[in-house]
Amino acid sequence: MTDTTAEARPLSFEETLETFDPVLGFEVHVELNTATKMFSSAPNAFGDEPNTNVNEVDLGLPGVLPVANRTAVESAIRLGLALNCTIAEHCRFARKQYFYPDTPKNFQTSQYDEPIASDGWIDVELDDGEVFRVEIERAHMEEDAGKLTHQGSSGRIQGAESSLVDYNRAGVPLIEIVTKPIVGAGERAPELARAYVSAIRDLVRALDISDARMERGNVRCDANVSLMPKGASTFGTRTETKNVNSMRAVEHAVTYEMRRHAGVLSAGGSITQETRHWHEDTRTTTSGRPKSDADDYRYFPEPDLVPVVTDAAWIERLRATLPEPPAERRRRLREAWGYSDQEFRDVVAAGLLDQIEETVDSGASPAAARKWWMGEISRLANQRDLEPAALGVEPATIIELDGLIREERINDKIARQVLELHVDGEGAPTQIVEDRGLEVVSDDGALTAAVEKAMAENPDVVEKVAGGKLKAIGALIGPVMKETKGQADAGKVREIVLAKLGIEG
Amino acid sequence: MSEISRADVEHLAKLAHLSLTEEELDRMASELGVIVDSVKTVSEAVSDDVPATSHPLPLTNVLRDDVVGHTFTAEQALHNAPDSEDGRFRVPAILDEE
Repeated sequence: MTDTTAEARPLSFEETLETFDPVLGFEVHVELNTATKMFSSAPNAFGDEPNTNVNEVDLGLPGVLPVANRTAVESAIRLGLALNCTIAEHCRFARKQYFYPDTPKNFQTSQYDEPIASDGWIDVELDDGEVFRVEIERAHMEEDAGKLTHQGSSGRIQGAESSLVDYNRAGVPLIEIVTKPIVGAGERAPELARAYVSAIRDLVRALDISDARMERGNVRCDANVSLMPKGASTFGTRTETKNVNSMRAVEHAVTYEMRRHAGVLSAGGSITQETRHWHEDTRTTTSGRPKSDADDYRYFPEPDLVPVVTDAAWIERLRATLPEPPAERRRRLREAWGYSDQEFRDVVAAGLLDQIEETVDSGASPAAARKWWMGEISRLANQRDLEPAALGVEPATIIELDGLIREERINDKIARQVLELHVDGEGAPTQIVEDRGLEVVSDDGALTAAVEKAMAENPDVVEKVAGGKLKAIGALIGPVMKETKGQADAGKVREIVLAKLGIEG
Repeated sequence: MSEISRADVEHLAKLAHLSLTEEELDRMASELGVIVDSVKTVSEAVSDDVPATSHPLPLTNVLRDDVVGHTFTAEQALHNAPDSEDGRFRVPAILDEE
């Protein structure tokens, strides 16, 4: 309304909740992992040289005829079914007109009055396991736009003189999922926002219809936020924060917009219906364009694409291909593996469910599978800036390593070295252990000598242990390891020390 | 009777990023009005229960297998571009949208 109120100080999150109830809404765009684009046979690929994955259809040259990708249509139907939606018996594409260089046709082919899927829901699990049902308004098919790089000092559009356009992404199949207004989340609204996007990501990954890598923009979220006075039922004016593209950012953006709205409203101002830009660095939003003229997209049915008509046989055939819903699968695995809630949440957050399941299915214990994937494999992957799965560690390797430890042929520390050598291409773990002579020093003579030396050099520690402070043994293990080049078994060292001091272990 | 006002044309021109002179706005309003009136006669021939036709051919589900076909090289793609740089189209920066 006025400049003064627009700059009102945001309230704290607690203050916000004392006076207001939030209403949320999300538009999530999912890029499909089809081989080709939505309406052309050019490749759908990430990271190639600019303007090499394009043909005449993607560039909108005169006289071209788009044809819809069957796999993309089926992906949309499968996602619709997984979201418990009604699949349209008849639907058509529409042109959404706007003039901006990211689309060479001056329109985006989308769906308007006849989306392929509508009226569904998804159960979203919050951090403590509480389930919140989010109603889905619709899911429709459309195409992605090209990528603009603004030239200028800041890299942002403000102050740029020209932009460079790469149309490789133009025409990549998208499904846009739109929720109904989400009421009643209260203080858990930001958490729900994150959990919702996470649930959608897990779902499209389970369906294998998208790579679902948020850092590559495979899943992008626009977050709508409005506030209404506590107990009211009439929604307030909403803002739409665009392109909030990480789980954490979605949570922060919702928090910030709630606080900002509350600040403006409490100061007697009113919220302008507009799009907002999210700034990761400051965790704030700034005003984009007002929602008015620019949203006059003058949709009309796309005359170059014929309608899609579904029948029961087609839908049932696709329904039969649906995976176990991710939430159900998580419940099943958590029970089967016996992890604590925290351990299981960490595994899910690390995106390692598939790897651990495969490893357990191959015969590893759930504890060993978790230890290796969450521990050393993740660490090595992180060091190499790779996804853990990309290291190429097979379940058989983990089982072999774990076996070597259980047979006490190597200790944990050596096992980690062996894994690293394996990742670097030195072959199977047993081979590495034998080639490099890494087996634990188990002949008591050498080990006992090393322990005796360590005890002689650390009389104070020995005194403590003798006095009953058994934890102090740890201080002797280090020197023994050093003496044996890390090949001693810590348990064995402990046994020898205790035996020497005549203490019952 | 024209249903297209001068304000309508101004609005459309803005959406299409076209700058029209005062004279052009007047002329377009009247010309578009004639077109709308002409098309309107079609609606007199049909009753309310006839659905609007978006596709004149009785075809549905014309779908393509998800198999990669031909592409242009960047040189071909940029062949008719007024300006380019680094294998990309260069366009004037357009503000107010992002």
